[in-house]
Amino acid sequence: MSLAALFFYLFAGVAVASAFMVIASRNPVHSVLFLILTFVNASGLFILIGAEYLAMLLVVVYVGAVAVLFLFVVMMLDVDFVELRQGFLQYLPVGALVGLVFLAELVLVLGSWTFGTGVTGAVASTAAPGVSNAVQIGRVLYTDYIYFFQAAGFILLVAMIGAIVLTLRHKENVKRQSIPVQNARSKATAIDVVKVPSGKGL
Amino acid sequence: MTETSWLDTLIQVLIILAQSLGLLVGLLIVIAYVLLADRKVWAAVQLRRGPNVVGPFGLLQSFADLLKFVLKEPVIPDGSNKGLFILAPFLTCLLALSAWAVVPLDAGWVIADINVGVLYIFAISSLGIYGVIMAGWASNSKYPFLSALRAAAQMVSYEVSIGFVIVTVLMCAGSLNLSAIVEAQDSKWGILGWYWLPLFPMFVIFFISALAETNRPPFDLGEAESELVAGFMVEYGSTPYLLFMLGEYVAIMTMCALTAIMFMGGWLSPIPFAPFTWVPGIIWFLIKVLLVFFMFAMAKAIVPRYRYDQLMRLGWKVFLPISLFMVVLVASVLHFTGLAPGAGG
Repeated sequence: MSLAALFFYLFAGVAVASAFMVIASRNPVHSVLFLILTFVNASGLFILIGAEYLAMLLVVVYVGAVAVLFLFVVMMLDVDFVELRQGFLQYLPVGALVGLVFLAELVLVLGSWTFGTGVTGAVASTAAPGVSNAVQIGRVLYTDYIYFFQAAGFILLVAMIGAIVLTLRHKENVKRQSIPVQNARSKATAIDVVKVPSGKGL
Repeated sequence: MTETSWLDTLIQVLIILAQSLGLLVGLLIVIAYVLLADRKVWAAVQLRRGPNVVGPFGLLQSFADLLKFVLKEPVIPDGSNKGLFILAPFLTCLLALSAWAVVPLDAGWVIADINVGVLYIFAISSLGIYGVIMAGWASNSKYPFLSALRAAAQMVSYEVSIGFVIVTVLMCAGSLNLSAIVEAQDSKWGILGWYWLPLFPMFVIFFISALAETNRPPFDLGEAESELVAGFMVEYGSTPYLLFMLGEYVAIMTMCALTAIMFMGGWLSPIPFAPFTWVPGIIWFLIKVLLVFFMFAMAKAIVPRYRYDQLMRLGWKVFLPISLFMVVLVASVLHFTGLAPGAGG
């Protein structure tokens, strides 16, 4: 068993175990943290197959940004653990049913899985040696798949604008700082030197 | 055959371990003095003397502090989430230290010379958020929680502009490898050929974003002591607090090193002829890192703390548009002038 195989079993084992803990742990914050551990181990697996660029992107995008937002939302929840435990058994039959349906579907799909003609050859062809995989992905992404790539970008942009429009509210009576106005203030406009006669006040 | 290959692997692992240990010890000693320098600079700006009692000129102050923290009793609050409470400082420190695996100190002086070095550091520094969030949440107390929310939002915001700055640099260098980025800046122009000059706006944005990313003043809203006491570190004392402190300073040094590598030519000599090129590269690298750190320390001493809305405005409404525009501009210039690396091939 080589060192790579050892690391594969380490990453794969921890990934599966922490994926299980995501649904098994009682505390939702712990669940999210286990989810993050799963992501990190998945990126370890990516490194083992030589896709280091994808591995780093997985950490930057999913762990560094998406999971932070997850954690944000979950931390804000006011969770009553006693109530959570009471409901657990009640939903077990429904959950088991959904799980079984998914399992059956997976078996059906994977059982009849065949590769299309020409796919096997395309999968086997690796790019020229000495070309880093950031360069390889870039070459494919911005030539063959440019329209799909741009479409994905547009969908995300629309989703972002939608979310901003839904949540943006302009409240009245809120003091806002206008930076240009603030910067335009000078000694003459901001300070008023007053000689106060004693005993009189202003 | 198998025995020799096992032996080779073992020897390789041992060599890497020894190198890592050497780097770690060197880094920690540098950090002990950087911490002292930070306090001394701060004191000098405020016309104080700074720490000057332990050892000559206070040179042993950091080691005295280390002993003080380690010998104190660690207190774990009763209402805290104990596992995460302990894990958070370790995570912070570990992540910060692991970023140094890819930093090239000199030509070839790097523990892991990986293709995606810049992305690795970027990924590690984005993971640094978790130490703060976990500490804030696990403390089960109001100030740490508020601080964790603030710090996390801040770090996510400034990562965006850091990402764009990195993109412009790697477009110019044509590689994600940190050593290759340094070598791409090597020219007969010396200091004038480094990226700080052609990419000057990005250099400034990167410096300010690095301050925000490492929660340094003037962006230290996470630990704003006038409102949140000490932020996410309120409930921590003794060794766990020391680990937070250490992690913070290691992350700062990482950002300084990244600035030195991406904009100031890493280990290259500023004046590219004989007497100066004889100086070992690591000395130039160290000088550059310390110079950037001096700027960090001066920013801490001089600039007053930002208010939270001002911080967010700066990140999203100023840096994001400017850096996005610069990415397009740099890409266009490189493309249309034929200067892009690898454009011919």
